[in-house]
Amino acid sequence: MPHSPHNPARPADTLVSVDNVSFGYGPRTILSGLDMQITRGSVVVVMGPSGCGKSTLLGLIGGRLAASEGRVFFDGGDVAALRRRELFALRKRMGMLFQSSALLTDLSVFDNVAFPLREHCGLPESLVRNLVLMKLHMVGLRGARDLRPAELSGGMARRVALARAIALDPELILYDEPFAGLDPVSLGVTLKLIRELNDALRLTSVVVTHDVDEGCRIADYMYLLGRGTIIGHGAPQEMLHSGDPEVAQFMQGMPDGPVPFHYPAPDYRAELLDAGGARS
Amino acid sequence: MNALAAIGRFTLGGVYHLGRCGVFLCTMLAVISHAWRRFALVVRQLYFAGVMTLLITLVAGLFVGMVLSLQGYYTLVNYGGESALGLLVALSLTRELGPVLAAVLFTGRAGSAITAEIGLMKATDQLAAMEMMATDPVARVVVPRFVAGVLAVPILTLLFNVVGVLGGYYVGTVQLGVDSGVYWASMQNGVDVFEDIGNGIIKSFVFGFVVSWIMVFEGCDTEPTAEGISRATTRTVVVGSLSVLGLDYILTALMYGGIS
Ligand SMILES: Nc1ncnc2c1ncn2[C@@H]1O[C@H](COP(=O)(O)OP(=O)(O)O)[C@@H](O)[C@H]1O
Ligand SMILES: [Mg+2]
Repeated sequence: MPHSPHNPARPADTLVSVDNVSFGYGPRTILSGLDMQITRGSVVVVMGPSGCGKSTLLGLIGGRLAASEGRVFFDGGDVAALRRRELFALRKRMGMLFQSSALLTDLSVFDNVAFPLREHCGLPESLVRNLVLMKLHMVGLRGARDLRPAELSGGMARRVALARAIALDPELILYDEPFAGLDPVSLGVTLKLIRELNDALRLTSVVVTHDVDEGCRIADYMYLLGRGTIIGHGAPQEMLHSGDPEVAQFMQGMPDGPVPFHYPAPDYRAELLDAGGARS
Repeated sequence: MNALAAIGRFTLGGVYHLGRCGVFLCTMLAVISHAWRRFALVVRQLYFAGVMTLLITLVAGLFVGMVLSLQGYYTLVNYGGESALGLLVALSLTRELGPVLAAVLFTGRAGSAITAEIGLMKATDQLAAMEMMATDPVARVVVPRFVAGVLAVPILTLLFNVVGVLGGYYVGTVQLGVDSGVYWASMQNGVDVFEDIGNGIIKSFVFGFVVSWIMVFEGCDTEPTAEGISRATTRTVVVGSLSVLGLDYILTALMYGGIS
């Protein structure tokens, strides 16, 4: 992409850099002034409460959403400046795991993993078969290839989606809430897979989650989102022992703190006393 | 003032919806060539739509033909014109009832199902996942369903007409005693290939286009929740069926005159 503007401040080993990005759905601002550097080969965990815009951030990195301000760079190229064809070429270099797994329900497990290969590679079917079996073997589901997505448990579906996400040997994988709703065993498997795939295939991983324990176990580096912006970042140990009250509240899961327990409301006493007079 | 504002909002909402619908058609037509490149998918969708709609189309066609024959006979016999029964049944079916009813049945059965299917794919992120796998969901999911719909409605119309004529034949000749040779002969003499059958086919293509457009648009435009899907499905049936009836009047007026 010779014409795409380059980010001058980008260190050589940064794969994705988010540069002062703001975004809103309509008039409602969700993210503002976001700055992130994602180093090649690392597992970067982005944490934050539900609804703070984590999935939105992944949409911005994947080019499905366009920032209203600031820019997102992938390997030096501005993602939002790409034309559709170039964007599709870029997406072959990234895999994404959706929270809902997003397996194509009318295809079998095998065909789901084969989908990106058949769409883009034009390989002979015998080679597609071997590649698919390899990917499924990596996630431990080679034996499940003939099942339908509806027959899979949540954890298995996510592993199939993972096999599909790595089918094209991407450089970057985006994980949206990979730990949500998993039983302890599936959780352990998922943690192990994210780390092993990242190291074995020399991937770069961005994991979005609200689970502090799992996030800390897997992260090389962490970003904490809150109030629509980044309220803290650092290695997991630094984050756990952070003195910042906002960071500490989230990391230790305290019910009250800078983020109040109560949703903004009029004075409790006044409202209760008032209720006798004016029923609405 | 509130009522006025509500009318304004309703109108704006409607115009906005219509606009998105038009833009959607353009995006779809821009990649319509994928219907050829992915012809296997079109055939697959045609098969599904056919399986869903075939039986009800045949049953409906049979009964409509029978009741046409019955009613037509009792009217014609007053003027001694029962020899024109075959013509009456055939013209009613090929010009109006076949295209309209087949399209309405298709909307209710296959159209609503396809809207729900696409809506569910959207709600479960399948369309977004395709996009992230560098596959255009409009080319992969929408275009095959649309093209299959455009092709399915005329085929179903044809079957509807054939079964209807046979149903009319059964009632007219076996039950009411019209001569079977007369039934066929009046049809053969009176039905024009271009004027009647041709226009009927044009109608059914237009209906197929509009109904398929509505069903895939509503699917893609679904708000990705359970209520959103049910609302989109309802809208496909209501808007699709009313569009067919409205368009039928316009097309009839254009084809056979009536408005000068
Ligand atoms: N398509 C959309 N249109 C409007 N608002 C949205 C849309 N998607 C998400 N939002 C809103 O944006 C906020 C952030 O959403 P999201 O990125 O999904 O949060 P998270 O993944 O952190 O839970 C939420 O408040 C949500 O209601
Ligand atoms: Mg989310």
